[in-house]
Amino acid sequence: MYRIGIDVGGTNTDAVVMDGDTLVLGVKSPTTEDVTGGIIASLTRVLDESGIGADQISAVMIGTTHFTNAVVERRRMSKTAAVRLCLPAAECLPPMVDWPDDIRETVGGHFWLAKGGNEFDGRDISAIDEDELRGIADEIGKKDIDTIALCSVFSPVNNEMESRAHKIMAERLPHANFTLSSDIGRLGILERENAAIMNASLRKLSGETVEAFGKALASAGLSCPCYITQNDGTLMSADFVRAYPVLTFASGPTNSMRGASFLTGEQDAVVVDIGGTSTDVGSIIKGFPRQASTSVDIGGVRTNFRMPDVYSIALGGGSIVDLGDPITVGPKSVGYRIHTEGLLFGGKTTTTTDIAAGLGFADFGDPAPARAIGEDRLKTVWAMIDEMIVNSVERMRVSPDKIPVLAVGGGSILMRDTVGELPVVKPENFAVANAVGAAIGQISGEVDRIFSLEKISRDEALESARKEATEKAIAAGAKADTIEILDQEDVPLAYLPGNATRIRLKVVGDLNG
Amino acid sequence: MTIDPLQIIHTSDMADIALGGAFLGTGGGGDPYIGKLMAEQAIEANGPVRVVDVDTLDDDALIIPVAMMGAPTVMLEKLPNGKEAGNALKALEAYLGKTADAVFCIEAGGLNSTIPIAVAAAAGLPIVDGDGMGRAFPELQMVSLTMHDLQATPMVMADEKGNSLVINTVDNLSTEKFARVATVEMGGAALIALYPMRGRDAKKAILKGSMSLIKSIGRIIEAEQKANRNPVHELSTQLNGHRLFEGRVHDVDRRTEGGFARGTCTLSGLGPDEGASITLEFQNEFLIARRPDGAPLAMTPDLICLLDLETGQPITTEQIRYGFRVIVFGLPCNPQWRSKHGLELVGPRYFGYELDYQPIETLNG
Repeated sequence: MYRIGIDVGGTNTDAVVMDGDTLVLGVKSPTTEDVTGGIIASLTRVLDESGIGADQISAVMIGTTHFTNAVVERRRMSKTAAVRLCLPAAECLPPMVDWPDDIRETVGGHFWLAKGGNEFDGRDISAIDEDELRGIADEIGKKDIDTIALCSVFSPVNNEMESRAHKIMAERLPHANFTLSSDIGRLGILERENAAIMNASLRKLSGETVEAFGKALASAGLSCPCYITQNDGTLMSADFVRAYPVLTFASGPTNSMRGASFLTGEQDAVVVDIGGTSTDVGSIIKGFPRQASTSVDIGGVRTNFRMPDVYSIALGGGSIVDLGDPITVGPKSVGYRIHTEGLLFGGKTTTTTDIAAGLGFADFGDPAPARAIGEDRLKTVWAMIDEMIVNSVERMRVSPDKIPVLAVGGGSILMRDTVGELPVVKPENFAVANAVGAAIGQISGEVDRIFSLEKISRDEALESARKEATEKAIAAGAKADTIEILDQEDVPLAYLPGNATRIRLKVVGDLNG
Repeated sequence: MTIDPLQIIHTSDMADIALGGAFLGTGGGGDPYIGKLMAEQAIEANGPVRVVDVDTLDDDALIIPVAMMGAPTVMLEKLPNGKEAGNALKALEAYLGKTADAVFCIEAGGLNSTIPIAVAAAAGLPIVDGDGMGRAFPELQMVSLTMHDLQATPMVMADEKGNSLVINTVDNLSTEKFARVATVEMGGAALIALYPMRGRDAKKAILKGSMSLIKSIGRIIEAEQKANRNPVHELSTQLNGHRLFEGRVHDVDRRTEGGFARGTCTLSGLGPDEGASITLEFQNEFLIARRPDGAPLAMTPDLICLLDLETGQPITTEQIRYGFRVIVFGLPCNPQWRSKHGLELVGPRYFGYELDYQPIETLNG
């Protein structure tokens, strides 16, 4: 059986067919306004050109930036009600307090605070008041809002209050959909609530999108299950995405890095993606991107999703080189206009690509004007470019071992055989790395909460977290005997006596079937 | 340096103050973000906060510090209702039978650098330009006020439910011990009002100019970042600072002992420090920087700050990871800390290091 990976990008929709660990074929088609058209075109082509029958495909994995783009562009987000269970705490900073005005207006800015919530050790802040919640549900109904984000204080420690509030309010609003913050976020109430509100506002769009994906598969004659990649590089079922569209945020860079890792066979590496105007550098550990520990803004809204830790610098194949005194490289770039403005192509602007060409590293264009710059100056600029890359690689390097640097992207001509002391590997087929990253997705389970070590040992707490994460992974479709720990950390709560520790643990396993 | 005196705090000043507060957190103290949002909300609703020079206050003026006590991680989840600190302040006023003339910031580093501004705005009181630490420290007796024999109590602790406790103790270390326990019962984070003091005492006992200093530091970092320069050079020039080391995080070893995030972080040198290495010892905050042979480069109570090599952004002890490229930056502490009494409170031996204090400028002559 074969798998198909699809990457729906802003410009192209790529599709690959994989036979186990082997890439059979990859194709590109333009992305269409309705998304479906591009997917159908790519699917049809990849099946036709590979000669593989639709009945031989066991699963289709899709990576998409559709939902991130909706937030960034403030489009197609529904009016949403935010309900926070917290009183008497947390009144001082209401939901959406730190959002940019335009996105708050897009989702309506409606919120209610109610009794409820827990302390860090699981005690109640206050009990739920059922009548209060029914009253809020009625007010939401009167405003014709049908998507609701529920967020309770310390719900990652105990999600009972959110579940109960959901039940009580759903009786009054049977057609509304609910997003529970404990299902998608971790500790840090503003960030988790922000994610829940964005998720709720995207539910209508996610319903339509998942349906469109289904139709596209059906049109191509496929009846196998369809999965969508989330930000950590693992897979969600289509139904899951319908309920949790925000979990697709930032899946693009993740798929690209995982694809590069897969295509080169390197499990631990630094990935350098040099584009036209910027370079993104990230780290791969055991085949998964290292994640950022700080908060990440999506469309100006602070969240605490686990995003790949990507360091970006203003260096690309189109970066403008100023040969004055002092010589500078970037941050301005000619971008895609390099094909008309670069010296190599008869233009008048010196770019980093011209410097590479002048030194004989390019096998396209006319290097003569670049050579005229003179070898000394070419070498000086080249050393500056090299230093920028070396510095950013060193910054993202996660071990003193001589791990390889995976060079990808249109501007990777700026990298030669080594970066500092590290060897450079350039994967073939990089153009479809995102789709490959989607196709190799696994299934994960995650736990992030505070454990009290009053009655159990740290090892017992870790063991209990591991069991919980494993159960989550199996429920999401992972093969039990392939599950292993991907990431584990415990950080004690500072400035508190007694023993409480915050454990974050993630397991992954292969997809069933 | 020439620090412009801060006279009034508008919402537009809060970003700089939070950045300066993160810097003076010296790796700990919690993220000032929540306090910044609270202060912005309070100033929005009640107008800007006046900053006063302690020397312009009456000798009989009543000054009351307010702060958050407990785990900043808890406060990131259980946000305050916003009235706790004001309630603590009012309860302390009622207990004393006097109303406060000004609010005070006890800790210029971390979350506590921003919270008193929110309280001052809501209470319509000015905030004194000064603090009790000149940085972040983990325990409430670690303030210059203790050195001047000012009592931490009567102290009031308040939670969001409306509970408040009045504590009276025989000394400030006992206040720390009792209050820390009550903090847990209050959900891991409590708002407190303590060290009520008269103008005449404050004039001697506080570390002056801290609010202006925080704002200046934040402004320098922000301006240098905008100009794509690392702020270290400008901070060194302006603050008499020492660029102690430039390097890459080579190893981080964390341990948990008694509610403290303790650990050691090893840096291997870059640029001018190529080939050398140093270690940083931390207990929530950075406390000691030393060479591999044990020779110290800086030690508590002098300030040891870790800044990102490229951006100059302060890095906390919780954030440090392998591979970070950083600058270790040291600042002399307020001279009050260098007295015998000061070093007993916050010197290396209090934190369990077998070291006699040596000033940063002596070590880096």
